Amino acid sequence: MDTIIILYTGAFGLIFIGIAGIVLSRHLVRIIFAIGLLEAGANLLLLLATWRDGASAPIIVGGRVPALMADPVPQALVLTAIVIGVGILALALSLALRVQHAWGTLDMRAIRLRLEEEIDDAAGIEPPTSADAPAPRPTAPATREGGA
Amino acid sequence: MDWLTLIIVVVMLASAVAVLLLKDFLAALAAFSVVSLGLSVLFVIVRAPDVAMTEAAIGAGLGSLLFALALRRLGLWRARDRG
Repeated sequence: MDTIIILYTGAFGLIFIGIAGIVLSRHLVRIIFAIGLLEAGANLLLLLATWRDGASAPIIVGGRVPALMADPVPQALVLTAIVIGVGILALALSLALRVQHAWGTLDMRAIRLRLEEEIDDAAGIEPPTSADAPAPRPTAPATREGGA
Repeated sequence: MDWLTLIIVVVMLASAVAVLLLKDFLAALAAFSVVSLGLSVLFVIVRAPDVAMTEAAIGAGLGSLLFALALRRLGLWRARDRG
């Protein structure tokens, strides 16, 4: 097999696994992991775009430019993208921290329910009822809970 | 160089799947840094040594550190008891 085919398999495989993780995961932290995988695959794909088998590194020694050289422009772009990727991960993780602080859960289903509840509340709509989520009790009597 | 590329790509894809399937977040973090380090070796193979250095230092090092600190603050930093 050609080296480039193996490399493209790796890049597209990482992108596919990342997208599958974003779509299918339920835990917020796992979705952030999947975003990191997707980033890695995109970086590799961008570098492979201009690489040819047998090319040399884009380093000029003694003023002599190699005949077949990997393109340095995508490499500079990928260098920037790696650093920005870490910034994106930091932002996503800090948002996850805030979500857990505010709602005490990282499960996407629970987060989605809370979001819809808050939107319905703000719009003044009765929340829809179903067998999965029965309507809340009209007035819960104030029960004093003991300490501990 | 062919077999080396093949081995690294297979290891990388396997640990990428492991990131999504492992229940333990600590193990998922370890698999994630394996993906980053394999990627930096692939960058050397496609003749981008500067990008490989950055990926190993920033992607694998700083990214994993960031995840580790976030997991600790989220309370997920514990090895799961087995048995």
